[in-house]
Amino acid sequence: MNEPAIIFDQVHKSYPLYHHITGGIKNFLFHLPKALTTLKNSKYEALKNISFSVDKGESLGIIGRNGAGKSTILGLIAGVIKPSEGKVIVKGKISPFLELGGSFHPELTGKENIILNGVLLGLTRDKVRKKIDDIIEFSELGDFIDQPIRIYSSGMLARLGFSVVAHLDPEILIIDEVLAAGDIDFQKKCFQRMLGFRKNGVTMVFVSHSMESVERICDRAIWIEKHTIQMEGHPKDVVSHYKAR
Amino acid sequence: MKEKIQYYLDLIIVLTQKEIKVRYKSSFLGYLWSIGHPLALAFVFFLAFKIVMKVEIENYSLFLIAGLFPWQWFSNSVNSSPSVFLQNGSIIKKVNFPRNIIPLTIILQEMFHFLLSIPVIILFLFMYHKSPSFSWLYGLPILVSIQFLMIFGISLMISSANLFFRDLERLTSIFLTLLFYFTPIIYPETMVPQEYKTLINLNPLAPLMVSWRKLFLNGTLEIFDVGISLVYALVALVLGYQVYRKLSWRFAEIL
Repeated sequence: MNEPAIIFDQVHKSYPLYHHITGGIKNFLFHLPKALTTLKNSKYEALKNISFSVDKGESLGIIGRNGAGKSTILGLIAGVIKPSEGKVIVKGKISPFLELGGSFHPELTGKENIILNGVLLGLTRDKVRKKIDDIIEFSELGDFIDQPIRIYSSGMLARLGFSVVAHLDPEILIIDEVLAAGDIDFQKKCFQRMLGFRKNGVTMVFVSHSMESVERICDRAIWIEKHTIQMEGHPKDVVSHYKAR
Repeated sequence: MKEKIQYYLDLIIVLTQKEIKVRYKSSFLGYLWSIGHPLALAFVFFLAFKIVMKVEIENYSLFLIAGLFPWQWFSNSVNSSPSVFLQNGSIIKKVNFPRNIIPLTIILQEMFHFLLSIPVIILFLFMYHKSPSFSWLYGLPILVSIQFLMIFGISLMISSANLFFRDLERLTSIFLTLLFYFTPIIYPETMVPQEYKTLINLNPLAPLMVSWRKLFLNGTLEIFDVGISLVYALVALVLGYQVYRKLSWRFAEIL
């Protein structure tokens, strides 16, 4: 079971600061040499020398302050961005989910959004159609499911979003801050579901600001501070150090 | 491999359906809007050129819509290209799928509206005691394919480049206005003065629009026009794909 599903090998990620060119074409042309050098050198270091691995079936929690680089790590795992240096290796089918509900369309009904999101998250249309009744039942949205989701409350949106995720068949699940919205009953249900995924050997990477969920769900945690790994270890230890910082 | 193709196909279908549904959902008149705009344009040009300026073109209203409907497909698709990736930023940042599916679905959606507008052209043909020709059976698929490839190439180019050079959005709409009047849509190519005639076919859209009109009005398809249109379409596709390929891996970080 100790085969790694995700490997980060000395990963650096820097973003060029593109908006430097928008100082206006006049400024840009008048100070061309200077403008070009600032354009080349203006980089934002999002991650510095990150190395870790996640075993198959393991769940890893990532904690840290806003802007520390957590979402960049998730983006690298999902494969939507590339590392500037180092290597990222991911083995298995990924269900990427960063911020629930971000890819919903407000004018479509709950049902239509389930199909759209199910396919976006990696299911075929056939599979979504087979699972749609379960998804709707899980969401407990009742008649609202045929209403456009612009009238949904944020809690209802969270329900819809997690219900789709709960019915994916991922090998690697990426979760960014799911349990923030939704009432206590539904949060419980989500927890159960995530523990179920964990039991079934799904590899999970879980980003959260809820220390309690990280402690309950994760086998291991890393704390990202100022774009590097500050600490890695048992969730309880990492969380207590993070809180005491 | 087969699974992957099936998946991408599903993705294209679902995203195109979304575009179509969203477009009709909150509007009362729905379908009428997709033909309403070109019809209104036709009316304006008819008023200006036929009634006021008394230009001698036979069946001018029919002539106009035969060119304006395919132009709308082209112009709407190209016009929305700069913003397609911007609007779908949230998906692009989360899910790793071929990004070219997004402009593709926009073009398919516009194509769908164009195909739905063909009955209106038939209606106008009947009004002028003409009828659709059997040559449409092969003419339509040929011209639809050529125009599809051409738009896809242009759209890939504009949508990718616009993320790095946002001014392109303004340039695109100016460019489209110029292109509209440089293309024989509201006037026949035969009315162009002799000394400029050789320049017409330098406009990549001209032979295609001329072909559309000839197909709709006379049921003819000229191999020369179709040939250069196809060449232009392939050139646009190759160029567009190159630009897209060079830039697409950076989409998620710039959005």
